[in-house]
Amino acid sequence: MDLKEKLVSSFLAFENRVDVDSPIHDIRSEAIKTFETVGFPTKKEEAWKYTSLKSILKEDYSVFPKQENALDYKDIKKYFIHDIDTYNIVFIDGKYSSHLSQTTHDKIDVCLMSSALNKPKYKAIIENHFNKIATKDSLTSLNTAFSDEGAYIHIPKGKLAEKPIQIIHFSTGNESALMLQPRNLIVVDENAHVQIIERHQSLTDNPVLTNSVTEIFADKRAIVDYYKIQNDNSNASLIDNTFINQKDDSHCLVHTFSFGGKLIRNNLNFYQNGEHIDSTMKGITIIGDKQHVDHNTLVHHIEPNCESHQDYKGIFGDSSTGVFNGKVVVEKEAQKTNAFQANNNILVSDKATINTKPQLEIFADDVKCSHGCTIGQLDESAMFYMRSRGIPKKEAKALLMYAFSNNVLSSVKIPELKQRITKIIANKLGVNIGFDL
Amino acid sequence: MLKINNLHASVEDKSILKGINLEVKAGEVHAIMGPNGSGKSTLASVVAGKEDYEVEEGEITLEGEDLNDLAAEERAHKGIFLSFQYPVEIPGVSVTNFIKTSINENRKAQGLEDMPAKDMLKMIREKAELLEIDRKFLSRSLNEGFSGGEKKRNEIFQMAMLEPKLAILDETDSGLDIDALRIVANGVNKLKSKDNAVVVITHYQRLLDYIVPDFVHVLYNGRIVKSGGKELAHELEEKGYDWIKEEVDA
Repeated sequence: MDLKEKLVSSFLAFENRVDVDSPIHDIRSEAIKTFETVGFPTKKEEAWKYTSLKSILKEDYSVFPKQENALDYKDIKKYFIHDIDTYNIVFIDGKYSSHLSQTTHDKIDVCLMSSALNKPKYKAIIENHFNKIATKDSLTSLNTAFSDEGAYIHIPKGKLAEKPIQIIHFSTGNESALMLQPRNLIVVDENAHVQIIERHQSLTDNPVLTNSVTEIFADKRAIVDYYKIQNDNSNASLIDNTFINQKDDSHCLVHTFSFGGKLIRNNLNFYQNGEHIDSTMKGITIIGDKQHVDHNTLVHHIEPNCESHQDYKGIFGDSSTGVFNGKVVVEKEAQKTNAFQANNNILVSDKATINTKPQLEIFADDVKCSHGCTIGQLDESAMFYMRSRGIPKKEAKALLMYAFSNNVLSSVKIPELKQRITKIIANKLGVNIGFDL
Repeated sequence: MLKINNLHASVEDKSILKGINLEVKAGEVHAIMGPNGSGKSTLASVVAGKEDYEVEEGEITLEGEDLNDLAAEERAHKGIFLSFQYPVEIPGVSVTNFIKTSINENRKAQGLEDMPAKDMLKMIREKAELLEIDRKFLSRSLNEGFSGGEKKRNEIFQMAMLEPKLAILDETDSGLDIDALRIVANGVNKLKSKDNAVVVITHYQRLLDYIVPDFVHVLYNGRIVKSGGKELAHELEEKGYDWIKEEVDA
């Protein structure tokens, strides 16, 4: 039985343990039908031209883990940003771990999707937001069909999440292969503010496939600051589908740090439903071996006077491959749009590949849109300059790559997180850079 | 200190240096002058170890040690410093962090521990003062958006920090206004001692009013065609290079 068949038949088992009478279940049933009809995307589709899921779909994933697994905090502490106080929503093999989590209902809700989907007090918010901006493509539909657990965050009007929120998914390797489908909903009301750090971490080399969907609603003047740390084991793959709806004067900033994993596909979508909106996407990708990272972004400029900024840097070694596909749509009404997109790449190996493709669809006539892609090797004159000052080749190379990705780090607003990312990068580049840039 | 013997070098099969002989002793200042395209910058790059150039014949020694097989960083560790005509911009690395890395890598090569942070800061402060560099400048990205004068001052600042045995200043005067020129020259003069040597490469005599050379050499068509005292620089300033060309070509 292939994975698609397995998933479709698992849906029946899934129905046995969820409330099939809830309105959510109609959405799920609809979604599994879509998935059944469409199936997994293949390279024949334009949006998947450079990313093949074949190698990861052949595993015999367990869709529902048999048992609940526990982890000791001391063994996994290093995956947390632990030097600051944070809210934590932690899952082990897809199941919520109350032991490792720190949630709250004090003024703000930082809790579980399963409670939000089932408890009457969340009904209105769920009805107004759940699956409202998630697209109906196959992978998102697949997640919707099985949507049951994940993070639920609601920051009411004028409130501020005083601590960053960490959403961490661990997989223990107790299953020989595991598929996870977390579903997150983040609702940030008018003038509210939240910082979120998301991480997926496999603890063994057993294959893991995560197909995650996150819907984020930023109301007027809301500020959402989202960080994705993708530094997983070499057999863990991630398909991240994130949808962000923004209203007037809201600011949303998503950083994606892709340093590890077998295959990563980021589908990051911004919809600007209001004026004076700022949407910012930043990414650093540093990979090697046969790793594959694909950034697929969309910014939909719908109303006038908005901005979007995209800045993705990639460093590709060994036989790794990268994809950047950045689509910007500017509707006819969206006059005075400023849309910037940059994708700069360094290939440090002859066998590494990057496919970069900006896609601009502009229907308004008074806009500023720019895009630039570069693919290059390390700047030889800079190398000679550094070496002439006594910095050996390897260190000079690392310092240059570090410097190259540095401007993406400058917008990270949590200093401890920035420090952590700095360390991961220095580690990845195999040098001890004796200072913080 | 530095001995160059019958040096021939080429880039992409184009022969540029065609038999250079030069000896620089400790405590001396040499000026290398010459028209554009004569090979001045090539000579500087070859001594510093730029890999684009092929040394076809001859040798370069520093204190008796052959440099030919040494990489650029190894030459730096031996005490060679090249002040670039066009210093490279490195966005994302501050002046301070760059010099810290550079100092500590040089120390590592000498088998020394990293310089204690306190000493490093003190040294940075002293040398920055010498070149009239303010603190804000030190935290800027290396050479990024620097004016011509700032770039050159930063080069000499790094030289001051690294305290090389042999400093080669490649067209350090180009792009400098008179105030910057004075500051840079003053810095170089203060760093000069009986134990180190300076080679000044310049097209114009102007810098040599401030950094007074013991010897002046004229490079033309890949060879040193004339050598003399500092008065040769004045003669070149007055008469240009044409008479040299005529003399050589004749």
